Amino acid sequence: MKKRIFSVLLCMAMMASLLVGCGSSNDGGDDAKSEDGGSDSGKKVYAMVAKQAGNPFMEKMAEGFTEVVEAAGGEAIIKYPEEGKADHQITAIQSLISQGVDSISVAANDENALQPALEDAMAEGIKVNCLDSKVNADSRQLFVNQAGVDEIGQALMDAVLDISGGEGQWAILSATSQATNQNAWIDSMKEIMEGDEYSKLELVEVAYGDDEPQKSTDQTQALLSKYPDLKVICAPTTVGIMAAGKVLQDEGSATKLTGLGLPSEMAAYIGDGDDSSCPYMFLWNPIDLGRLGAYSAIALVNGDIEGAEGETFDAGDMENSPYTITDAGDGGTEVILGQPFKFDPSNIDEWKEVY
Amino acid sequence: MKNSKSILKKLTASREVSLIIVLVILCVAIGLRSPSFLTLKSIADMFKNNVVTMIMAVGMLGVLLVGGIDISIASTLAFSGMAVGMLLKRGVITSTPLAILIAVGIGLVCGLLVGLVVAKGNVAPIIASMGFMYIYRGLAYVISNNEWASADSLGDFKNFALGKILGINNVVWIMILIYIAFFILMKWTTLGRKLYAVGSNREAAEISGINASNVILFSHTMMGVLAGLCGALAVSIYASAQANMLYGKEMDVIAACVIGGVSMTGGRGSVLGAFLGALILAIIAKALPLVGIEAIAQNTVKGVIILVVIILNVLTQRSMDKNSLKEREL
Repeated sequence: MKKRIFSVLLCMAMMASLLVGCGSSNDGGDDAKSEDGGSDSGKKVYAMVAKQAGNPFMEKMAEGFTEVVEAAGGEAIIKYPEEGKADHQITAIQSLISQGVDSISVAANDENALQPALEDAMAEGIKVNCLDSKVNADSRQLFVNQAGVDEIGQALMDAVLDISGGEGQWAILSATSQATNQNAWIDSMKEIMEGDEYSKLELVEVAYGDDEPQKSTDQTQALLSKYPDLKVICAPTTVGIMAAGKVLQDEGSATKLTGLGLPSEMAAYIGDGDDSSCPYMFLWNPIDLGRLGAYSAIALVNGDIEGAEGETFDAGDMENSPYTITDAGDGGTEVILGQPFKFDPSNIDEWKEVY
Repeated sequence: MKNSKSILKKLTASREVSLIIVLVILCVAIGLRSPSFLTLKSIADMFKNNVVTMIMAVGMLGVLLVGGIDISIASTLAFSGMAVGMLLKRGVITSTPLAILIAVGIGLVCGLLVGLVVAKGNVAPIIASMGFMYIYRGLAYVISNNEWASADSLGDFKNFALGKILGINNVVWIMILIYIAFFILMKWTTLGRKLYAVGSNREAAEISGINASNVILFSHTMMGVLAGLCGALAVSIYASAQANMLYGKEMDVIAACVIGGVSMTGGRGSVLGAFLGALILAIIAKALPLVGIEAIAQNTVKGVIILVVIILNVLTQRSMDKNSLKEREL
């Protein structure tokens, strides 16, 4: 009898903790920026679906998006799926459709899985664009691309050339061997490497750290002991570059690092001296990406553009405004934010506070 | 003749010995292909990078011994690690010992809750810990508030995993001390005996006056304490706290125990076995990129090696059982 009461109590405690858990995650997550759909207020409603909760990059993107939308007198809804999976995004998109929003901007977790949901949205007259990572051409009107694949490849290759002093061995530390973005960048780098000025560089290995600190550490240490003359490691992934930065800096290694990383994560490793492992690295500005996403959504909703190649739209005080829509090479169209942004000792202190 | 037979008998008499043989063969094979593997630095690196799995393996040993399993440990680790990371980032605490203490405290509460549901609520361990796996991981996301704590904001805490005493890294010392404590606990204390007793035959243990549910509660709480501690250690080692840290690592910990000959049905396993199992996994992870196996094939090779080791282990166990059965017949 005593046991039964105890188990009932336990069950109740668990239920309570579950409810509390859901409650607080809702506060921090789903409708943080809006009480309801609010289409009755007469304001235009622009929604953004992030990749997942708990990601500082997505948070900053949402910040830029909200800022532009509110400045334009609209209302922004940001949805954060709890997990970085397509089915969670589909649920979010369906609820946005029933709220009757004017536009949906999505950072897709899957290129094809969102198609039915997004087609439903477009059939309802909702404008659809995507940012950060795209959906296929049939599911969108426009892709807001952070930086073209070739621009990133070029920036990384030039960094490797510069840091190595023009010659010697270098290696790549990537995420998983199936990561779409990373593989595209690596292919682009390999292509650019054919050029004459890079002929003295030798790419010895592409290692995969699976975006896991432990495995990335093993892989970095293996690269160092296999290739004692290694000049540069290029890690085009945020977790990989961070783990490699830690290993190289702790060991005081002569091998230097570059790649794509978050400024706040990398601030401790970026510097000019011998005790810093990373002279400089790149990433795009998530706030600007969010802002451009918002400007293009507003232009779509206002009917200024339809997402066709050659159209231009105004993006306030953004650097490259007005932006021109170009062919994305996948049957759809895109607009490119600009060159990848370089983080070096001169600006890292300012940016590490931002994201 | 008699002599050689007894040596052979000795070799197959214990699973630990067979594991050590596997270990030596692995090391020699890897050392031949890549001489840099057997350097002092490489081995020190390997221990440091696998401290977390090794510590949690010995906690998992306790849970498996009583016939349970706990798959919430990687989430507990993330929760405690993230909590410490955010406290340091916000400047609420700066002291390293205090940070570790808080992490251990969080782990203790997490483990205690799992233990209560399993031991007092009589919920199947895999179901109970699955529930808590989601809860704790979710809490890690909630307290992270969409942020990471990075090297720059961790202050002195990250130097803890760089410090050395007598040439051995602080975090490795912690691992060694924990293993010594568990070795003593399992070998020479009644509590250790009770863990085995409950796992081999719960009813018999209860009849002999052991409060089985308290023993089970203890094993989960201990597991939680170690997972919480590992949260702090992981943040210090990698100088970064992220809500998704060590996602899925519970599988490596369970695999380490299984390789080490710990029975999934309880009652059988040793501290040395858990250590050797974790060590074999660590060596595989360290060696695969070194010996030049194609990157995309590395996981497959890892799986094959794990299976081979376990099959060898089972064969040893069988010949052990046969030997002891023969002795009884005589």
